[in-house]
Amino acid sequence: MLLSLGVICLVCSALLAVVYQFTKDPIDAATVAKTNKAIAEVVPAFDNVPSEEVSEVELDGTSYKVYTAKSAGQVVGYAVESSAVGFGGPINVMVGFDAATGAIYNTSVISHSETPGLGAKITDAAGHFREQFLGLNPRTFSLKVKKDGGDIDAITASTISSRAFTSAVAAAYNVFLSLNSGETDAESGASKPAETVADNQNNEEESNE
Amino acid sequence: MSKIKLITKGLVKDNPTFALVLGMCPTLGTTTSALNGMGMGVATMCVLVLSNMVISAVARFIPDKVRIPSYIVIISAFVTIIQLLMQVFLPSLYETLGLFIPLIVVNCIVLGRAEAFANKNSVIDSACDGLGIGLGFTLSLTVIGLVREVLGSGSAFNWHFLGGDGMLIFVLAPGAFLVLGYLMVLFKKLTAKKEE
Repeated sequence: MLLSLGVICLVCSALLAVVYQFTKDPIDAATVAKTNKAIAEVVPAFDNVPSEEVSEVELDGTSYKVYTAKSAGQVVGYAVESSAVGFGGPINVMVGFDAATGAIYNTSVISHSETPGLGAKITDAAGHFREQFLGLNPRTFSLKVKKDGGDIDAITASTISSRAFTSAVAAAYNVFLSLNSGETDAESGASKPAETVADNQNNEEESNE
Repeated sequence: MSKIKLITKGLVKDNPTFALVLGMCPTLGTTTSALNGMGMGVATMCVLVLSNMVISAVARFIPDKVRIPSYIVIISAFVTIIQLLMQVFLPSLYETLGLFIPLIVVNCIVLGRAEAFANKNSVIDSACDGLGIGLGFTLSLTVIGLVREVLGSGSAFNWHFLGGDGMLIFVLAPGAFLVLGYLMVLFKKLTAKKEE
C-alpha cells in the first residue's frame, strides 16, 4: 500500500520536475516580454531595454517599480507600475510619463479581474475612459472621478473600477513626482514647480480616504 | 461497446453537464464567453484523456484502500503539467481561466470517470471514454458560453455583431444559472423525444 502510493508520488513529482524545467525559461521570457510590451505602449519611443533599467521607489509604505526609457542616452520617459483594488480584485496598471513635459503619455492595464462587459472596459484603450488620460498633465487636472469631485468621467455602472484605475494612475503620478524631486533629475525636474508636489500630495491624501 | 459509441455517448447520453450534472463549478464560473468555455472544456478534456489512460494502466497495481489518493496524485500531476504548458503557449487564455485551471483537480468529472470507468476498462477504451466525456463537456461549455456572450455582450467568439452592450446580467453570475437552467430544460426535452 505504502509502496504503491510512494512510487506513484515519486513518478509524478519526477514528471513535474521535468516539465517545470522545460517551461521555466519560456514562462520567464513571456513575463519579461509582457512587461516590455506594456512599457513600450506607455512611453515615448526609446532605444534601451527599460525592463533592465528598473528601480524600486518607496512611497507611503508601498514599493513601486519604475522603468526608465532612454533614447540616445537621454531619459525620454518613465513607466511606473502601480496597482489599486478594484471591484473584482487588484488592477495592475503601467503608467507612462513623458520626461520632457511631465504629462501622462499613455496607460496600459497589465492585469485585472473586473466584471466582463462592465469594469473590464478599463482595458479598452480606444474607449472614452482611457482616452481621457492620454497626454494629460495631472498638474492641471484632478485625477479623480467626477463623483469624487475630480475631472475624470467614470465608466457607466463601473464607478469602483474607474475609481481604482484613476487612483492607480494618481499613485503612479506621485511616484513620478517623488522621482523628480528626490533624484534631482535636471531635465524633467526643472519643469515642475514645487507647488505641484504639494498640490498633488493633497490629492493623494484625499484619494486614499 | 464500440469505440465510436464510447466517444458519442459522452456527447448526449452521458453528457457531463446536462445529463450527469457534474463539474458545475467551472461550468458556471468560466462560461462568460464562448472562447473561455471552450478553453476550459479543452483543458479538462486533455486532463481527462491522460488521467483515464494512466489510471486504467496502473489500476490493478494499486491497492483498493489507497486508490482515491493515488488517482488524485495522478490527476493533479497532469493538471499542473497542463497549467505550465498553457502558461507558455496560451498565456491570455491562462489569465482568463486563472483559478479554474488548478481546480480541474477536484472536478468531479475527472475523478468520477476514473472511478466509474477507467479502473475497470482497457487503456484504449478509457482514452475513448475520456475523449467522449471531454468533448461533451467542451461542447456544453461552449454552448453555454456562446448563449451568454450573445445575450450579454452582443458578440460571438469575440466577434461583435451588435453595437453597444447586450443584457449584462447574462455575463454576470445570475446569467450563468439562468442559461444553464434553460439549456438543461431544452436538453431534457430534446433527449426525451429521442427515447420515445
